[in-house]
Amino acid sequence: MSTPQNPATPVATKPPSRLYRMWDSDVFFSFRRSPVTIVAATVAFVLVLAAILAPWIAPYNPFDPASLNLMDGFTAPNSNSMMGNYFLLGSDHQGRDVLSTILYGSRVSLFVGVSATLFAMAIGISLGLTAGYVGGTTDSIIMRVADIQLSFPAILIALLIFGIARGIIPPSQQEGMAIWVLIVAIGLSNWAQFARTVRGATMVERQKDYVSAARIMGVHPLVILIRHVLPNVMAPVLVIATIGLALAIIEEATLSFLGVGVPPTQPSLGTLIRIGQQFLFSGEWWILFFPAITLVLLALAVNLLGDWLRDALNPRLR
Amino acid sequence: MRKLLITASVLALGAAVMPASAETVRWARASDALTLDPHSQNQGVTHTFAHHIYETLVDRDVEGTLIPRLATEWAVKEGDPTVWVFTLRQGVKFHDGADFTAEDVVFSLDRARSDKSNMKQLHAGVQSVTAVDDHTVEVKMSGPSPLYPNNLTNTFMMDKTWTEANNAVEVQEAGSTDDNFAVRNTNGTGPYMLESRDPDVRSVLKLNEEHWAETKPAVTEIIYLPIADNATRVAALLSGEVDLVQDVPVQDIERLGSSDGIKVTTGPENRVIYFGYRFGDEPLKSSNVTDKNPINDPKVREAMHLAIDRNAIQQVVMRGQSVPTGVATPPFVNGWTPELDTYPEKADVEGAKALLAEAGYPDGFTITLDTPNNRYVNDEAISQAVVGMLGQIGIKVTLASRPITQHSPLIQNSETDFYLLGWGVPTFDSAYIFNDLIHTQAGHYGAYNPSGYTNPELDAKIESLETEVDLDKRNATIAEIWATVQEDRVLLPIHNQVLAYAMKDGMNLDVHPENQPRLYNVTFGE
Repeated sequence: MSTPQNPATPVATKPPSRLYRMWDSDVFFSFRRSPVTIVAATVAFVLVLAAILAPWIAPYNPFDPASLNLMDGFTAPNSNSMMGNYFLLGSDHQGRDVLSTILYGSRVSLFVGVSATLFAMAIGISLGLTAGYVGGTTDSIIMRVADIQLSFPAILIALLIFGIARGIIPPSQQEGMAIWVLIVAIGLSNWAQFARTVRGATMVERQKDYVSAARIMGVHPLVILIRHVLPNVMAPVLVIATIGLALAIIEEATLSFLGVGVPPTQPSLGTLIRIGQQFLFSGEWWILFFPAITLVLLALAVNLLGDWLRDALNPRLR
Repeated sequence: MRKLLITASVLALGAAVMPASAETVRWARASDALTLDPHSQNQGVTHTFAHHIYETLVDRDVEGTLIPRLATEWAVKEGDPTVWVFTLRQGVKFHDGADFTAEDVVFSLDRARSDKSNMKQLHAGVQSVTAVDDHTVEVKMSGPSPLYPNNLTNTFMMDKTWTEANNAVEVQEAGSTDDNFAVRNTNGTGPYMLESRDPDVRSVLKLNEEHWAETKPAVTEIIYLPIADNATRVAALLSGEVDLVQDVPVQDIERLGSSDGIKVTTGPENRVIYFGYRFGDEPLKSSNVTDKNPINDPKVREAMHLAIDRNAIQQVVMRGQSVPTGVATPPFVNGWTPELDTYPEKADVEGAKALLAEAGYPDGFTITLDTPNNRYVNDEAISQAVVGMLGQIGIKVTLASRPITQHSPLIQNSETDFYLLGWGVPTFDSAYIFNDLIHTQAGHYGAYNPSGYTNPELDAKIESLETEVDLDKRNATIAEIWATVQEDRVLLPIHNQVLAYAMKDGMNLDVHPENQPRLYNVTFGE
């Protein structure tokens, strides 16, 4: 009744799992070698996870105005309010728990940042591919538009788009649309970097034999672009996207800080900083400090990850 | 009372010290005058600045009483109760040296009454203005108007010759991009002359040596610096960059008061902060109730009134720097009574919920609240707190927060379902509130009544106030109007603002109930 063993298949020769191969790759080798990157990745991971899990781990729901009690306001960190509620990181001027607002706020910040970056990526990649592959007048037009846009600070473009959207959308809808307007505004202000990079890489790739071969075989240009060229230009795009994500998060924070972002009842990190900044002189430092430090950590971690990715994917630096 | 004491002590202290040398005051506040054209904007910040360059016939002191300025005396004409006679001050000169005469008053009042003027509602009852001699002016009203001089405290006198010579007779229309010579240049009779101006950045005023007043102001130069950001403005005072901060954030009063070399003066402002909402059968644009208007049900309005904890707003949001109120008028105003000014000590959440259920909204409803975020003290935070309080009774409020320049058009074009506004009462009389906030929007009435509230009986009573000569009868009508306004909950008052001015030690300036500090009244010395 014994199961026949097969000594001919030693464990050592079993092909390594996909995960192990990834871990063992050049990219992850450089990851393991860089303590800064490991710390950054851990911080980013924890912050993102906390943001995603906010509804389950936050002690209060600051987005539910009905649960707020004004008399909880201005409670110092690690103490109980007049109403007997405990606040680990203190409470703000509306009686909201600072820890909970940060958790929910980074959720908003990350959602806007990721969505805006994906949006910018989608526009940038398609325009970049088109410009690089088609060339000629199309290329000139697209790239000149990108040049013009790059000559303005991204935040100005975002403010402009935000202002136009405010003018178009009727006042009664503006608040509901605020987040989407923000995503479009930040996305549209950041597509040019993607387009430039992708265009350059595409121009290199289109000269290569595999593209010529596909063209001679009569493959549709769209298929060539998406199936053949795109995968080969993705490495630099990933790097820009990571750094772009950090920029988008900061841009959202800046817009919200200026008061043109998300509504104050559903604050993002930038809104929280704008609110907290009012209490700098009056001694309620925690309302500003904790959201600000969270934003710094998040942006720094994502940026460091972007830096590492750039180095790791750059063959010349290997 | 407290204000009285402060004033008395300041006067006593100030009198002992004579201005010795030239004093420059760097004066920072949140925003700049919108224009220099004195009849273009009926707005506090603009008037405050203008009061230093231009002058009015009558003025109001820090107690709120009328005092002579360019007019030395005013009285109803004997035998004709519809005519006011103003006797003008002699020997007054404009900055360019021209004499100030009755012709200039006729011209200025006509300009202030003209179609594009933003001051015209204050002169709606005027039929004609005539110069009797060089220093006497008669104003003919459409009926007896015993309170008309109260309307003159912000109507500035311009020089007819100068204005005509510079093609500035037509008033710059409020909110338009119109331009005229008077928008950028001034020629008033006031104690200061405009030296330079960079709008929203810096304006410099120099003492007018030829001014008619016997005592020369202690402040010889004013540098006016609009600083929009609260923290920056406070930091500027702490670092000694400015000498006077007019709009002090409530959270910084304590810190500034305890800082060396800085003192804070506080006093009540003649301004009420309230919420308004849309009446009428038409469904609200921002609500999930699409077949009717929940606010039109008096029970819903009563529930909202009960749900708001005014004392909590005062304690936490305003840090004690406000006077909670149950009626939309400050105590300065004729018509205010302690009986009107009652409000629930605490929010009655259960009672409010029961009322909502009775009205047919057991689960509440949704609505959008439009709030300014840079006009009144902690305006956005007040709205945010109210969002929470209404949330507790099931009314889900979306907060739409905008700068005042974007908020005002929503009010003026009736594009809001629920809004926060503040109302100052320069005439110190309830009629000013009724005319603009309660009367149906029509003609020169109801300019700030976007609610669609209309009550013909009430409108008739409001109109009767304009010509009622018997003051007792008039006050009785005012009381009746307030009773209806309160019963219908036309407005949802929150509190009256308290003002705080912070300045360097050794400088004395009283809080002005209309938030119009006059720097020519500043004294120096402990």
